[in-house]
Amino acid sequence: MPQWLHTFGDQYLMWNEGPLIWISDVLILLTGFGIVFVLTYFKKWGWLWREWLTTVDHKKIGIMYLIASLLMMFRGGVDALLLRTQLAVPNNHFLDAEHYDQIFTTHGTIMILFMAMPFIFALFNIAVPLQIGARDVAFPYLNAISFWLFFFGALLFNISFVFGGSPDAGWVSYPPLAGPEFDKGPGENFYLLALQISGIGSIGTGINFLATILKMRAPGMTLMRMPLFTWSVVATSLVIIFAFPALTVALALLLLDRIVGTHFFTMAHGGDPMMYINLFWIWGHPEVYIVIMPAFGVFSEVVATFSRKRVFGYTSMVASLLLISVISYFVWAHHFFTMGAGADVNTFFAVASMAVAIPTGVKIFNWLFTMFRGRIRLELPMLWTIAFVPCFAIGGATGVMLAAAPADYQYHNSYFLIAHFHQVLIGGVVFGMLAGMYYWWPKMFGFKLDDRLGRYAFWFFNIGFYVCFMPQYALGFMGMQRRMYVYPADMGWNTLNLVSTIGAYLMGIGFLFIVAQVLYSIKYGERDVTGDIWDGRTLEWSLPSPVPHYNFAVIPTVTSRDAWWEMKQTGQIQALRPSADEIAPIHMPKNSGRPFILSACFFVAGFGFVFEWFWLAALGLLGVVICLILRAFEYDDEYHIPPHEVVETESALGRL
Amino acid sequence: MRSRTPRRMGAMGLTALALLFLATGCGPEYIVLNPAGPVGREELHLIELSTILVLIVIVPVLALLAFIVIRYRDRPGNKAGYTPEWSESKWLEVVWWGIPIVIVGLLGYYTGKSTFSLVQPPEKDVKPITIQVTSLDWKWLFQYPDQKVATVNYCEIPTGVPVQFVLTSDAPMNSFWVPQLGGQEYTMPGMAMRLWLQADKPGSYFGTGANFTGKGFAHMHFQVVAKSDSEFNQWVQQVKSSSPALTMAGYNKLKQPGTMGTASYSSYPKNLFDKIVWKNGGRYMPDMMMDQGLDANMPGMSGMGSQTSKDSNTHS
Repeated sequence: MPQWLHTFGDQYLMWNEGPLIWISDVLILLTGFGIVFVLTYFKKWGWLWREWLTTVDHKKIGIMYLIASLLMMFRGGVDALLLRTQLAVPNNHFLDAEHYDQIFTTHGTIMILFMAMPFIFALFNIAVPLQIGARDVAFPYLNAISFWLFFFGALLFNISFVFGGSPDAGWVSYPPLAGPEFDKGPGENFYLLALQISGIGSIGTGINFLATILKMRAPGMTLMRMPLFTWSVVATSLVIIFAFPALTVALALLLLDRIVGTHFFTMAHGGDPMMYINLFWIWGHPEVYIVIMPAFGVFSEVVATFSRKRVFGYTSMVASLLLISVISYFVWAHHFFTMGAGADVNTFFAVASMAVAIPTGVKIFNWLFTMFRGRIRLELPMLWTIAFVPCFAIGGATGVMLAAAPADYQYHNSYFLIAHFHQVLIGGVVFGMLAGMYYWWPKMFGFKLDDRLGRYAFWFFNIGFYVCFMPQYALGFMGMQRRMYVYPADMGWNTLNLVSTIGAYLMGIGFLFIVAQVLYSIKYGERDVTGDIWDGRTLEWSLPSPVPHYNFAVIPTVTSRDAWWEMKQTGQIQALRPSADEIAPIHMPKNSGRPFILSACFFVAGFGFVFEWFWLAALGLLGVVICLILRAFEYDDEYHIPPHEVVETESALGRL
Repeated sequence: MRSRTPRRMGAMGLTALALLFLATGCGPEYIVLNPAGPVGREELHLIELSTILVLIVIVPVLALLAFIVIRYRDRPGNKAGYTPEWSESKWLEVVWWGIPIVIVGLLGYYTGKSTFSLVQPPEKDVKPITIQVTSLDWKWLFQYPDQKVATVNYCEIPTGVPVQFVLTSDAPMNSFWVPQLGGQEYTMPGMAMRLWLQADKPGSYFGTGANFTGKGFAHMHFQVVAKSDSEFNQWVQQVKSSSPALTMAGYNKLKQPGTMGTASYSSYPKNLFDKIVWKNGGRYMPDMMMDQGLDANMPGMSGMGSQTSKDSNTHS
């Protein structure tokens, strides 16, 4: 092997790190070749470009978000299993410190930003326009940009595993540990730029969905007639719009500290790392509500549908969502009670943090009383919703315990905290997203996911969850702190750690069942022929599955909450199935390849900044500017679907 | 008969939870639940109080859930009530907005009370001792400004005496945690922060760095040894007579990244701790310096103090 190749291999491809990297390299190459081969062999390149890469259809963008987040759940999950394998026994030699540090960093970052975020965006995209009777989002082109920025951000982050090295300063990435003095090399830059790029996309999504919901509702759908999932998206979008800019600033300043030598976060030159920590959590705490509120929205839909009953206390449900989104801005300092804030500051943030439990508790009771005197069908979405209630209630309770500042001095950084936030993020967000996925899957794909395999997945995942995380509360009381790659054998931590690892593997098996379920159901899943497979209540169930790309042949007029349910009750279904002569030309946005290309240019620029190859970064940014200019002069980006085409589609679906 | 089952299940669940809690509370390895000093005890009281308060909500929720899911299943022949249009009840909503507000009010009150009390020395009429703690990559340096000795990766304290730990870092920020004595506080470069702890009975208590600082972080454990006043003084004398001195060169070597066992030093360079804080961009809290009586022996204090006093208030 020539010397330069050897140097390159060691420096950028990390060949000196051993078999884990080599195997990954081979697998990535094989997968890459496999995809290229399949696309070429079946002549699918054109299809891929026309139908997916250039699409501005919210339903397809939603599906791409969903696929991406499931892939990222796999990556983050493998990270988790590697961590738990290392911690199964004391003083383990499975991973060394550097690898362990990288893996917990990528696990956290991926699960929050590249799994939970795209998962909620998947459901936004799939459900919101259909629920409010719109034909697309307010800004379909921006929607495509948001997705591709997320996609290339995630790609940039994941590439660090085999090219240049992963970040290793934890998902919070505090300076000075993440600063230029203590963290040399490109890993941390990957973190900063990947989050930056996907973060721009997230802000776009927040703006887009707020505008969509405020401006594009069908006639008659007043705000207080909106489905609660849509309400949760309003609350979430508001929080995204105000929280994400703080992250953008924090990441940008830390990047400047790292690559051009500014001192925003170094004490020695008048900066202050506390500024980063404040900025990070001013985004970071609202962020957890960003991911949990859509889950609340899903539960509200699912509980009503599968109890065959109106949601209880609709007004309270809306009020509590909005209250949560406001309070979410007054709690960030509870992430650092122990960083020297005064007793007055700590007391304020402690009480504010406890106060979040009030509207959240109200929601739990309202869901319970939606089920009360209903008729509960234990289909998969409902199963996950019911599992959510105790899990989230306990997670929320330990959250209130953590909010008591002096007690937090004992919990902070311990496994008690780890158990708490996994319980609210898995028991809340993941359960919610899975419930939403099962619920809207037939709407997306026209078939139901297999029930039997889904139940195996459910039980493995749920039992695994408690086996994995309940021992971690106890470990916290035993003084075990987070992020240690080995622990001493004489502290009494051994058994519970082993139990926890077993639980993690059970959850892994649960995930495999979900994969098997999807694959099996593609072929054998029950077909959804009516479009209303769950006997639903909201407008999306009035449409065929999968939904034609223009959504509604005629925009419906809404006269009540649970509009579709009311129409079914009063026998007015025909109101949504217009005669052929009522159908007018439908105004739709044109596909465009530019969001993809623009985001690819961002990726190139990001990659350049990671390695401080400024010529490459400039080239990428130049591409971004060119794309933006071209977009500014693009006038012909809409078209009309002629009525006869709509009539043909609707007739083929048997709706005329 | 059926309506009794969920209630019984709820009761069983509650008993199981209580048993679990009792069982966990008793084991000596649950060090947070076995405090050895007033600070840890006060925090434990708050942990217990908050647990009880949240159980007031959690237990009914779990019981209700079990009851509702069993009773209102969609089964043929289920005779339980079905009211598909019923979706409002003012008094029910008042109950579940009201009860959590009362609980949060109660817990908030006690939280505030104990937050303010824990920034004070645990005991007012005993003269406290001060230990200056510096977290390094990846070891702990303890300096005794009154006794003029220093140690690495262990420290000794007299029982029944409030200990004022003054914390800083000459490396990425860490967190100083001795669970049996009380909760943690961060060590941050360029800042000096205070944590009051106290041991009531002699013993050796597990201490650890709690905030991730890189490769050697997992090895940053230390012991805090509490012994009677006289034994403590004996120990100080012993360190003074038999241990080497820590020189500036020695300190610079000590702060190189790496792990090590314990060490003791009969003396250390004058004002080493203050120099570490200043070197890292020092922001002392002026009121804290008064407490410690440190302003007298800090050269150039007045000028630097006035420069930074504006910012320093935010950390006091």
